Amino acid sequence: MANPILEIRNLHARIEDREILKGVNLSIPAGELHAVMGRNGSGKSTLSYVLAGKDDYEITEGEVLLDGVDLLAMEPDERAAAGLFLAFQYPIEIPGVSTMTFLKAAMNAQRKSRGEGELSTPDFMRAVKEAGATLNIDASMLKRPLNVGFSGGEKKRAEVLQMALLAPKMCILDETDSGLDIDALQVVAKGVNGLRTAQRSMLVITHYQRLLNHIVPDVVHVFSDGRIVESGDKSLALQLEAKGYADFDSEPA
Amino acid sequence: MYFYAAPKSTPAPTSLDEVDPELLAMYDKLGIPLKEREILAGVERPNVAVDAVMDSVSVVTTFREELAKVGIIFCSISEAIREHAELVQKYLGSVVPVTDNYYATLNSAVFTDGSFVYIPKGVRCPMELSTYFRINEKKTGQFERTLIIAEDDSYVSYLEGCTAPMRDESQLHAAVVELVALENAEIKYSTVQNWYPGDKDGKGGIYNFVTKRGDCRGDNSKISWTQVETGSAITWKYPSCILRGDNSRGEFYSIAISNGYQQVDSGTKMIHLGKNTSSRIIAKGIAAGFSDNTYRGQVSAHAKAKGARNFTQCDSLLIGDKCGAHTVPYIESRNATAVFEHEATTSKISDDQMFYCQQRGLDGEAAVALIVNGFVRDVLQHLPMEFMVESQKLIAISLEGSVG
Ligand SMILES: Nc1ncnc2c1ncn2[C@@H]1O[C@H](COP(=O)(O)OP(=O)(O)OP(=O)(O)O)[C@@H](O)[C@H]1O
Ligand SMILES: [Mg+2]
Repeated sequence: MANPILEIRNLHARIEDREILKGVNLSIPAGELHAVMGRNGSGKSTLSYVLAGKDDYEITEGEVLLDGVDLLAMEPDERAAAGLFLAFQYPIEIPGVSTMTFLKAAMNAQRKSRGEGELSTPDFMRAVKEAGATLNIDASMLKRPLNVGFSGGEKKRAEVLQMALLAPKMCILDETDSGLDIDALQVVAKGVNGLRTAQRSMLVITHYQRLLNHIVPDVVHVFSDGRIVESGDKSLALQLEAKGYADFDSEPA
Repeated sequence: MYFYAAPKSTPAPTSLDEVDPELLAMYDKLGIPLKEREILAGVERPNVAVDAVMDSVSVVTTFREELAKVGIIFCSISEAIREHAELVQKYLGSVVPVTDNYYATLNSAVFTDGSFVYIPKGVRCPMELSTYFRINEKKTGQFERTLIIAEDDSYVSYLEGCTAPMRDESQLHAAVVELVALENAEIKYSTVQNWYPGDKDGKGGIYNFVTKRGDCRGDNSKISWTQVETGSAITWKYPSCILRGDNSRGEFYSIAISNGYQQVDSGTKMIHLGKNTSSRIIAKGIAAGFSDNTYRGQVSAHAKAKGARNFTQCDSLLIGDKCGAHTVPYIESRNATAVFEHEATTSKISDDQMFYCQQRGLDGEAAVALIVNGFVRDVLQHLPMEFMVESQKLIAISLEGSVG
């Protein structure tokens, strides 16, 4: 059988003296979209940062494989080139660097580390225009410095644009729906759905079942106190919406 | 130390083919070989004229005939002294007097060559004029002298690039540049300086002590300095404007990068003498490694400078925690109607920015280069097109090894 795209085994991570991930187990086969829901502060963003390689965290136990390859041994940029993409909960501003320039730099950096040549300008422009159109991103937004002065919704759309252009095999979306108005939510959902393929997997972190009406997950996980405590199909999200997290709070060990 | 060492024996080349391949390789590394400039310049004909000064002796002068047709003189200063003595006598030393400072005096005593530009009344120079300075003899100081005169209603854009191969010993570069802008004239002077900064332990490198001054002598004249300083072990450099004519305007746009053990002390002086004179300063300092990077600027308004205005913005960016950035503004106003504004910021490249860029696939060095290029964008925009591309590459090269 083929490797799962993402395989997390008993992952523990701490920041300073505080353990935040306490044994995460998760396996996402190719082509599947998994949703993760959980209380504020339960460690969802931490999981996404640890997977992407942010160096504030110390990994004390466990392993992670991306398409069969040891992810934790790689630098953040190597993980990106290997096909891991994180749409940030809080996208970072890069003053003075136009969105267009940033996109080109990122795409070419990944191509370079995979041993491919630079993208030609016409090919690049065509790809950006196409992906931008699906997400209602126009040329004027592409000329502005990345995320600087972008509204909450614009930032999230810019994240999905980058995801579309970088064509990763594993996408992690951390609350990409927060801060979106109803129309923008539809636009983003359409953009994300358009990227679902049989080879590509996604992990979607969200607080709202509403999103999952538009982006229908194969599996829903409940995250609590640093680990996954329950998994089920999309009806689990409805159940959470109705009853909250109380049923899933981890019992004292 | 020798003050003057002409390149040995070889007669001056008559075409580019005869130029030291190392010099051409340097152009190449910077991504602006003459050929590429020609291409950049447009389909029909190249619009950059180059006067290359190697060890202060002018070796290549191109496009002179074409310029001569509109009355423009572009030649080495030694030739100007022979052929255009009256102009040289009238203007040389009129902006930077012989006694101005120690290094200017030294230069005046021993200067060997440099460039001379004269734009006649009403002429817009049809191409960018460019000089490439390069130090390559051992133990030499370089003392070139540049004089640019823009007559009434004229315009010229001048590019100065500097490179020097690696040497263990330190070398001195003490140039003097004088600009004179008469009524309604405009001079744009752009510099990209990447003299050898010394090795990673701070050994060797160029001492770059340059006196650059522009005189907005005529009413409504304008002088604009743009500089990208990435090289040299020590830089002291303050391109300045004397705003003598009424309504004249001075500009200073600067990017100064220091890495390793480099020390940069650079800035400008805007001396407001005439009525309604205005000046604008945007200085971006980037310090990495163990370097020190200082902006030192003076803005002053004379009692007669009614309505003088200045806007100054100094931004410093620190990479790592072993370097320093300093801002030392001197502001002096003897006229109550003068309005001077000064803004200054200091920031660091944040871990979050680095991580974000790396998550998108850029390695540490590429991420720093991208963020720094964003930081200096306001200044880069003031460079002529061909220097902009070169500068972006240069910024990346000079910050190599600053992360890790
Ligand atoms: N740098 C840090 N130093 C100390 N504690 C941290 C740090 N980063 C995260 N934490 C803590 O780790 C816990 C998990 O945070 P995380 O951001 O992963 O939660 P989350 O599940 O994404 O929450 P939300 O739903 O609000 O986004 C929180 O208690 C947070 O305060
Ligand atoms: Mg979070």
